Amino acid sequence: MTTATQKIVPFDEAITRYDPVMGLEVHVELNTATKMFCGCATAFGAEPNTQVCPVCLGLPGALPVVNAKAVESAIRIGLALSCDIAEWCRFARKNYFYPDMPKNFQTSQYDEPIAFDGYLDVEVPLEEGGTRTVRVEIERAHMEEDTGKSLHVGGATGRIHGADHSLLDYNRAGIPLIEIVTRTIHVPAELAPAVARAFVTQLRDLIVALDVSDARMDQGSLRADVNLSLSPKDSGVLGTRSETKNVNSFRSVERAVRYEIGRHAGVLDAGGSILQETRHFHEANGSTSAGREKSDADDYRYFPEPDLAPVAPSREWVEELRGTLPEPPSERRRRLQAEWEFSDLDMRDTVGAGALDLVAATVAAGTTPAAAKKWWLGELARRANEDGTDLADLPITPEQVAAIQGLIDAGRVNDKLARQVFEGVLAGEGTPDEVVSTRGLEVVSDDGALGDAVDRAIEANPDVAQKIRDGKVQAAGALIGAVMKEMRGQADAGRVRELVLEKLS
Amino acid sequence: MSDLTRLGAAELAEKLAGGEVTSVDVTRAHLERIGEVDSRLHAFLHVGEESAMATAADVDARRAAGEDVPTLAGVPVAVKDLINTTDQPTTAGSRMLEGWVPPYDATVVARLRAAGLPILGKTNLDEFAMGSSNEHSAYGPTRNPWDTDRIPGGSSGGSAAAVASHEAPLALGTDTGGSIRQPGAMTGVVGMKPTYGGVSRYGVVAMASSLDQVGPMARSVLDAALLHEVVAGHDPLDSTSIDAPVPDVVAAARRGDVSGLKIGIVRELGGEGFQPGVQAAFDGAVEQLAQAGAEVVEVACPSFRHGIAAYYLVMPSEVSSNLARFDAMRYGLRVSPEGVPDPSAEQVMSASRDAGFGDEVKRRIVLGTYALSSGYYDAYYGSAQKVRTLIARDFAAAFEQVDVLVSPTAPTTAWRLGEKSDDPLAMYLEDVCTIPANLAGVPGLSLPVGLADDTGLPVGVQFLAPALADDRVYNVAAALERLVAAPVLEEVR
Ligand SMILES: [Zn+2]
Repeated sequence: MTTATQKIVPFDEAITRYDPVMGLEVHVELNTATKMFCGCATAFGAEPNTQVCPVCLGLPGALPVVNAKAVESAIRIGLALSCDIAEWCRFARKNYFYPDMPKNFQTSQYDEPIAFDGYLDVEVPLEEGGTRTVRVEIERAHMEEDTGKSLHVGGATGRIHGADHSLLDYNRAGIPLIEIVTRTIHVPAELAPAVARAFVTQLRDLIVALDVSDARMDQGSLRADVNLSLSPKDSGVLGTRSETKNVNSFRSVERAVRYEIGRHAGVLDAGGSILQETRHFHEANGSTSAGREKSDADDYRYFPEPDLAPVAPSREWVEELRGTLPEPPSERRRRLQAEWEFSDLDMRDTVGAGALDLVAATVAAGTTPAAAKKWWLGELARRANEDGTDLADLPITPEQVAAIQGLIDAGRVNDKLARQVFEGVLAGEGTPDEVVSTRGLEVVSDDGALGDAVDRAIEANPDVAQKIRDGKVQAAGALIGAVMKEMRGQADAGRVRELVLEKLS
Repeated sequence: MSDLTRLGAAELAEKLAGGEVTSVDVTRAHLERIGEVDSRLHAFLHVGEESAMATAADVDARRAAGEDVPTLAGVPVAVKDLINTTDQPTTAGSRMLEGWVPPYDATVVARLRAAGLPILGKTNLDEFAMGSSNEHSAYGPTRNPWDTDRIPGGSSGGSAAAVASHEAPLALGTDTGGSIRQPGAMTGVVGMKPTYGGVSRYGVVAMASSLDQVGPMARSVLDAALLHEVVAGHDPLDSTSIDAPVPDVVAAARRGDVSGLKIGIVRELGGEGFQPGVQAAFDGAVEQLAQAGAEVVEVACPSFRHGIAAYYLVMPSEVSSNLARFDAMRYGLRVSPEGVPDPSAEQVMSASRDAGFGDEVKRRIVLGTYALSSGYYDAYYGSAQKVRTLIARDFAAAFEQVDVLVSPTAPTTAWRLGEKSDDPLAMYLEDVCTIPANLAGVPGLSLPVGLADDTGLPVGVQFLAPALADDRVYNVAAALERLVAAPVLEEVR
């Protein structure tokens, strides 16, 4: 390990000498009720090894049966990415030994993917403002099954190396996955990190719109791998690539690209050579560390899966599925911008923050577009940034955001109190209503209580009171402030003003 | 030997239906027979006395209550120990699965249970069905009841020996390259490999997925057809299972009429390399068919000569992948490497596979791993798949000229134990006649036609038909069965 001595070249400097060659692989866990090749449930978070059967445990004699719903989802993803859909394709066995893989081969697809040759146009926010549309070409989208999960107990790293023992959970084994592989993405070097983030963000929007996956990066139902190499500027020489695996937020995708560009540049500057290896991304400091070395000796001995018949979706079915596709993302963005009366800048910020669906859902729940944007791009974006997570992964739903805005509109809380409601909901204290009542946040507009407070304020500030009686209405602010202070902000400021003026008229 | 063990399945079914005997009597008679002779044969790895008797008593009670039960209800059966049973261990003949009791029944076993057949026990086999002699069983070989110094064939040698020696009237075997038909020929019993996809493979420990098929073994063509009917038919748990009606094999086995039928002798499967006694018995059988009104012609299947080479690439390739799951993580043998204080999962996997698999299994895993390797795939696995296509074309062309094909089942009669142990290639050549049917997925049945005049041991003749025409081979075999009246074994010798 040379991590300690490794020099990381600052991104801006690295791209003056090198061009990044980047490709992305995204794994999408489908939200089918049952697994890819058996009838086991797929619900997230069940007790370990309770959603298993002979097939997904790889018991002797067990055989797979293809989940037709998963094929349907694969085709819909393929169509939404403007791919061709294979008229005939097969599954293949990818053979390698690993304890979390019950059969010691993964049933996947090799040279006959269900979908191929597509693209996704992504809007990339530019630093100088505005956006640029980049076409990311899709090489293929293929079907496969997920592996189980290993939990390594003991040891420092949580990895298998150095662990005392390992626990295996096969609930995830056999859950249907779609692997989406881009071709090499050709963009100006300085855009590469933003393009990577925009692609994953907008691919997720698409997956969510298709309703084929929960697409939760924090739960691993959407996982991105970043493949990156550097080529010295204008040399045409291709570098060796690293594969940063399972990056688990949009933000991290961008950071991983940045970091790897700097790391590769550092190694190459020093005359070293990049190892062909997988890398782990570290959320805490945005760095990557070496995983498993890959080499040409990695031989998965693919061959067509003899236990499954070929998949041959009829053209009629494919066309029928095409009819079920949601509005293409770029058209949808244009439509929403018009409906919401957002400026280009508003829209750019919203898309860039990965908040488009969240704002749309909040609007659908009854909030004005401006208010929805205000919360998601303000208070909540700040929280997500603090927590180092994506907006979508915050523990609050668009419906809850709408409910909080509803409380404001009803005059039950003011903006300041609303921030405390957000805090409570994010802390898991319950629904907005529950937070308001348990924290006692409701604005006091009860004239009795307010009237008493106003009287006390007048008594304590006779000079100010006299000024108001003399017609200096602007002096009322001092009394209102005193009342608000006493009521710890939970008073309806408008009503307090009315009472002050009434009493001193 | 009890008279009840002399009877075939059809006769037993008739007596059971007529109330002349009870299943408890019939099952007990066979269990006693096993107790009497199996120490000399080692056809069984496990005898399931308790569950067999329970099934028998249940069937008797249902019959006594006037319930309508299936034809073979109460007729006992033996099951190859490659097929999962929840009430008896399933070892695949390997140390790797010693004592393993599956948590689920194979579909064919579920069908046996639904049809009320008491399962006598689990029969011996070459480890993971890899072999032609049963000498590769990790639990010691089965012996041929016609001559206990000789092999019973393989890999379904236990099932064959059990039926031949009257330990069981019926047995299930599996056939990947001849593993039902060749032991059938060696022990003088009928063995049928159905059309690929005709019988479910769910719950059958996989050897080579694209070749494996479960089938019946019995002492008569009709008995085999009756068992075939019980286990065959579409299974939604097996994606390669054919969703089509099962051909009426029982009616065909009762018919047995070859007049006007065109039968093709496969030119490539005979002559040089075939034991004279086998060739003579085969020629005699064909002569009988001609006399019974069949038109016999010779047909060429030139690609068949590449069958063994293709088979020994496709089969081990699939084996290498199918047997990867035996890694000591979830079930089966677990061995810690010696002298390694704190072994990793990988080291345990490696040590367990080294200890759990026998030489022949390892040989095939290595062969298959190599054949699938990048850079070799096209030359080996790819070419072998092309040969499969050519063989299928040969079959298609032949079946345009004739209704069924005929050949000897194996080039020789049963050899002595140990005779070919040091020469795997010689052993592989024993499958020359049976392999093409597996590579093309067509049905094949081996019928005993008598004893070779040079060795005095049973000889089998194999009939082959197009896919899904399983009834055709039953019809022809039933006709020849009446004409040749092959001797039945009187006593284990
Ligand atoms: Zn399952």
